[in-house]
Amino acid sequence: MIDLPAPKPDVMARRDEILAGLQAVLPGDGIIVEPARVKPYETDGLSAYRQPPLAVALPRTTEEVAAILAFCHRNGVRVVPRGAGTSLSGGALPLADSVVLGLMRMNRILEVDYANRLAVVEAGVTNLGITNHVAADGFFYAPDPSSQLACMIGGNVNMNSGGAHCLKYGVTANNLLGLKGVTIEGEVFEVGGRHLDAAGYDWLGLLTGSEGQLAVITEVTVRILHAAEGQRAMLAAFRANEVAGQAVDAIIASGIIPVALEFMDRPAIHACEAFAGAGYPLDAEAMLIIEVEGSTEEQDMLLGRLKEICERFDPISLKVAETAEQSLAIWKGRKGAFGAVGRISPDYLCMDGTIPTGQLPFVLKRIGEMSASYGLQVANIFHAGDGNLHPLIMFDANDPKSFHDAEQFGADILTLCVEVGGCLTGEHGVGVEKRDLMTVQFTPFELDQMRALKTAFDPEWLLNPAKVFPLKDNPGLRQAA
Amino acid sequence: MSETLAPADEAGVSAAVAAAAAAGEPLAIEGRGTKRGLLRPVQAARTLSLRRLSGITLYRPQELILSALAGTPVPEIEAALAERGQQVIAEPPVLAAIFGGSEPPTLGGLVATNLSGPRRITAGAMRDHVMGIRAVNGLGEVFRSGGRVLKNVTGLDLCKLLTGAHGTLGVITEVTLKVLPAAERSGTLAVTVPDLATGVRALSAGLGSPYGVSGAALLPGEAPRAVLRIEEFAESVAYRLGRLREALGRFGDVALIEDAGSRELWRGIREAEPLGADAEDAVWRVSVEPTAGPGVVAAAGLPRALLDWGGGLVWLAGPATAESHRRVMAAARAAGGSFTLFRAPEPLRAALPVLPEEGPVLAGLRDRIRTVMDPRGILNPGRMYAG
Ligand SMILES: Cc1cc2nc3c(=O)[nH]c(=O)nc-3n(C[C@H](O)[C@H](O)[C@H](O)COP(=O)(O)OP(=O)(O)OC[C@H]3O[C@@H](n4cnc5c(N)ncnc54)[C@H](O)[C@@H]3O)c2cc1C
Repeated sequence: MIDLPAPKPDVMARRDEILAGLQAVLPGDGIIVEPARVKPYETDGLSAYRQPPLAVALPRTTEEVAAILAFCHRNGVRVVPRGAGTSLSGGALPLADSVVLGLMRMNRILEVDYANRLAVVEAGVTNLGITNHVAADGFFYAPDPSSQLACMIGGNVNMNSGGAHCLKYGVTANNLLGLKGVTIEGEVFEVGGRHLDAAGYDWLGLLTGSEGQLAVITEVTVRILHAAEGQRAMLAAFRANEVAGQAVDAIIASGIIPVALEFMDRPAIHACEAFAGAGYPLDAEAMLIIEVEGSTEEQDMLLGRLKEICERFDPISLKVAETAEQSLAIWKGRKGAFGAVGRISPDYLCMDGTIPTGQLPFVLKRIGEMSASYGLQVANIFHAGDGNLHPLIMFDANDPKSFHDAEQFGADILTLCVEVGGCLTGEHGVGVEKRDLMTVQFTPFELDQMRALKTAFDPEWLLNPAKVFPLKDNPGLRQAA
Repeated sequence: MSETLAPADEAGVSAAVAAAAAAGEPLAIEGRGTKRGLLRPVQAARTLSLRRLSGITLYRPQELILSALAGTPVPEIEAALAERGQQVIAEPPVLAAIFGGSEPPTLGGLVATNLSGPRRITAGAMRDHVMGIRAVNGLGEVFRSGGRVLKNVTGLDLCKLLTGAHGTLGVITEVTLKVLPAAERSGTLAVTVPDLATGVRALSAGLGSPYGVSGAALLPGEAPRAVLRIEEFAESVAYRLGRLREALGRFGDVALIEDAGSRELWRGIREAEPLGADAEDAVWRVSVEPTAGPGVVAAAGLPRALLDWGGGLVWLAGPATAESHRRVMAAARAAGGSFTLFRAPEPLRAALPVLPEEGPVLAGLRDRIRTVMDPRGILNPGRMYAG
């Protein structure tokens, strides 16, 4: 189990009083304390770590959020904000002395404005819920994490989540206009609005991706876009990772930016094929799924050019979808990747580093060597256009050594990502998982300065503490204990 | 004229800032000073110029990444990108027509002011494409944020915090940008509309279509023209303009402006030339939700206006008086938007709020953040807010 700061003795000693106080702030069904009902909140998408909190608060309005935060602040109680709890980095993992502040009951779509291409939604609306709400009118909310059925916009904002189509449409930060939030003191504020580039400091940019460290977000104004006329995919398989990498370079150099450009290595191809039977070439070392958008003629034109480019690299297999159904078939294996790996190994860690795309062959080679030396299998899925690499490390959770090795293997991969010029996390966030690796990417001074910015928002370090920043020698937490 | 320090490298910048911090002496931070007239005048005996930190330090066209030192002239970067068929995504303006002067803007100044052009409406602002930054804080300490990859959520995003902070939170020494291929072809439809409100409806119809409109401006005048741009491969430009033309006919007569004409038109819009600001005019930039743009023009009641970003970016020009400014502020506030006093004589800029006041919560956070980044208050003091 990961190290968490010791529970605050004063809070633990006053447990009953604090729970009664919370219930007075949110009467009715707003506070959950019974262990059986608290249990679902003890972990998130990184389920290797579990810790039941003191209580769970489920407010329905911004005012209720403010009241809970003001109460917790007055009483020195730590707060862990939570959306759907799909974080893969343990960002929503509770602390024993914390109140989990769940936003899921704030799930109303407040307004859709097509003329201004925006929607105002509460933090607990799911990512896909926004798109579903506007899809009949041809619109969509662009960032599409694979977890979009479950994950919530408040979680997306705090993780700055990406998706398969962010090469063209950007990540969460690029698709927001405004936020309503509450400080740890319980003060409500708004940043941005319904317009672009509000003058003043970029509060919107600072809060996005802040992993619940700075404030609790209760409302989000997102941009919505009209969907393209259609999309279609192609598949190209190659003899070596290097060759697939060269094909990616040639595509970008041609001036075409596909909406999606996904790379799978041999183990990923095999896992997905065994699971989904999508017709992936099993003799390939590397495979690309490339998707373009536009009218049927535009798709033909772009896919024609892409096919020509891929042909220069002596592909083992090249399939251009002729229809939407064929396109879905190409995606079928990739979309089932998590399930596929789950079938080979019930337990796996999904890593998330970013590398300069040119370093891919080298990094995959090194990962292969590490896999052999740890004796753990790994499958690699890569957003090839933007360098975001997702190694899935398979292990056996019943064997403590296997889990420990998997964690160490993951840390080695992320360290390698930084060494080749990349970073620890492209879209899943630091959370608890990578917090102690932050010293690999940042200097002590850089970390101190970021901690001081957190302190500016949250002087007592009550908001989602023990995440993002290394636990060791953390002045914020020493102060709080 | 104040004394100018022009260190040759980041270590020199750091030393200059550390010395100023120790002495408690404010510094005016600039690249080549092309936006010196923007926002409030800075009271500082010394200017710290980044002009000697110049040059592209990394360019990987296949990785869509370019890094350059803060003092690098933007035209130099654009030329290097053009050689490989790429461009700065946000189409940033130079604004020589507004601020005068013949110096080129620098990358650091561009990022510090977060100025974006017409393509901002669909492709994002400068702040959306700053992937990495190196900077010196108000004590002279060097720090980095982000990196040289396109996707990065590691730690707090200080790239965004510094972009648009007008040099008040740190002296930017190097920037890494995401870049993209430039489109093969440009094409524009110009719709002659009866009034501005109809014009914005035409722009909304285009921006709410599947055709990827990459510029949507409204040129006022007796017969206002709504102009909508497509930038794509040649086949796509022809096809999409054809479809858009069908959709826009109901708003007014539609004319086609082909490649070269389209590029020239949008170069002008990017530079706010159709605004036609007089030499004596003050200039404002107001940002509101697009449908509120025409109302802002009417409420401000100033003689000259130009709308971009689908109607949401309102350029205004008129008499440089406190009364004009009061009307612009009121119009922006009523529309729930934001304003910038973009150009005005120095006494006016010094006496007026050049940006909207933020509420007490944000004002408090702003002070605390400035205390973290610049505890002695020496970086461009007073540039954004008085006191
Ligand atoms: C199968 C699977 C696939 C995934 N695919 C992707 C993917 O493609 N791309 C991607 O980017 N991520 C992906 N993720 C990760 C995860 O879904 C995202 O990080 C998501 O944004 C988390 O949203 P959530 O609502 O579940 O937030 P949670 O997990 O509940 O919380 C995430 C973090 O945000 C904080 N937080 C949540 N809500 C608020 C709020 N309102 N105010 C303040 N802080 C808050 C929490 O404290 C926590 O630190 C995937 C996860 C799974 C399980």
